[in-house]
Amino acid sequence: MWKWLHPYAKADRAYQLCNTLLPYFAVITVVCMLVGWVWGLAYAPADYQQKDSYRIIFIHVPSAILSMGAYSSMAIAAVIALVWQLRNAELAVIAIAPVGACVTAIALITGAAWGKPMWGAWWVWDARLTSELILLFLYLGVLSLYHAFEDKKAAGRAASILAIVGVINLPIIHFSVEWWNTLHQGATITKFDTKAIDSSMFWPLMVNIVAFAGFVGTVTLMRLKNEILQREKHRPWVRQLLNRG
Amino acid sequence: MLRQHSYWQLFSAVCKKDVQLAFRQRAEIVNPILFFLIVITLFPLAIGPEPGLLARMAPGIIWVAALLSTMLGLDKLFRDDFNDGSLEQLIASSYPLPLTVLGKVVAHWLITGLPLVLMTPLFALLLNLDSQALVATVLTLLLGTPLLSFIGAIGAGLTVGLQKGGILMSLLVLPLYIPVLIFATSAIDTSTMSLDYSGQLAILGAMLVIAIISAPIAISSALKVSVS
Amino acid sequence: MQFDSFSDFIAMGGYGFYVWLSFGTCALILLGILVSSLNDTKRIMASVQQQADREARIQQAKQEQQL
Repeated sequence: MWKWLHPYAKADRAYQLCNTLLPYFAVITVVCMLVGWVWGLAYAPADYQQKDSYRIIFIHVPSAILSMGAYSSMAIAAVIALVWQLRNAELAVIAIAPVGACVTAIALITGAAWGKPMWGAWWVWDARLTSELILLFLYLGVLSLYHAFEDKKAAGRAASILAIVGVINLPIIHFSVEWWNTLHQGATITKFDTKAIDSSMFWPLMVNIVAFAGFVGTVTLMRLKNEILQREKHRPWVRQLLNRG
Repeated sequence: MLRQHSYWQLFSAVCKKDVQLAFRQRAEIVNPILFFLIVITLFPLAIGPEPGLLARMAPGIIWVAALLSTMLGLDKLFRDDFNDGSLEQLIASSYPLPLTVLGKVVAHWLITGLPLVLMTPLFALLLNLDSQALVATVLTLLLGTPLLSFIGAIGAGLTVGLQKGGILMSLLVLPLYIPVLIFATSAIDTSTMSLDYSGQLAILGAMLVIAIISAPIAISSALKVSVS
Repeated sequence: MQFDSFSDFIAMGGYGFYVWLSFGTCALILLGILVSSLNDTKRIMASVQQQADREARIQQAKQEQQL
């Protein structure tokens, strides 16, 4: 595996890999996003309790899942960056962070817009909402730490360390918030009882999850390409890109 | 390379130096306590002097004030050593950096955390806490403030190389403080209802043990990034 | 199709505001980060181009001097 992976430590090979992967991700994203949104908004049946307001689930749940997923992939990239000293992995950390922050923001906003008709308030100190908010703070912390450093080499490593510290704390935070919530509020809110979701709602949801995953992948690859280019600006292989297109 | 001193000597030397420095410039010890006192004075003025209400809010007030006042000293934790270059010497020395860092963090707790714990009875009087809650407050502060020093030192290590690291550091560190805040305040809350709060204390203790083991490693790698 | 008419579709059974609010902001945020990433690429490539042009000019000037 190392033999196979090793060439991608070089910037130009990693750039080419991004280029080959990008079209697949983009196509999956566009197709799934279109199908998922139309299916979810127009064709999926209305919920017997929540009526049509439940349709927010088709973006709320995928974005919430992806906000966690993006953070864990960021942390994995951070571990790789620190242990094997791969610069490209550091760049990946910085490429994922803004995308993850956006997805987290979407999860929060859609959660609020869903909470208003269902719970009667835009914001409820529900355990999941609260940990999502803290997740957003962690993303913003990584981003602002990276941008505070003049020396981008040190910045990448500092951001990686913070990402790892965050990922160790995340389960503790999540667990403590959940525990705090049950203590303070009791079970006033049961968001989605884990009742078996009907397949007519399940499949559009799956399509939307794939669409969001594809989107996160696409934009991360684009940003990773940007970061590589930015760092390698003065290398001959970047010059050659100009002549080609 | 030759190591002339034992690890314990190193640890106590680092710790002692920082504590002595703090005692020479009294402000470093006195200011966080004064800050804590003033914050606690502000709350009754803001929400009203009703004793029942104050007693109900006291755990939250004390802990939020404790969070803020430990943040005050954090920025200075590595800054002086960074500015005069001794931090580089510590990193370059043949002794393990995590141990040195552990000494500095313990010193930070002795300077900012311990005085808070000792002063708690006074604050409890101001906020109408009964004796049961007072014991709980002292216990949670005893377990919780070192935890704050350890977590905060990670942020301090990451931002020490930056010109204006202070505000950034609080942004990084405060979200990580949330579990401590939740468990500590709930322990005090539980004690006011005369229930058993050993569970919360056990969790705080467990988090402290994890922090003692892992935080020095994180702090030293953060320092290496900042200094390089 | 779950809805009888287009206006029904917009109304979302009375929850139109919330549903469209969340889908709208979602689309805005997704588009926003996509566009900003694309802009970054353009900006970086433009600066690479600029640098290349500059070096070419310097090269040319040197050659002219030699002649």
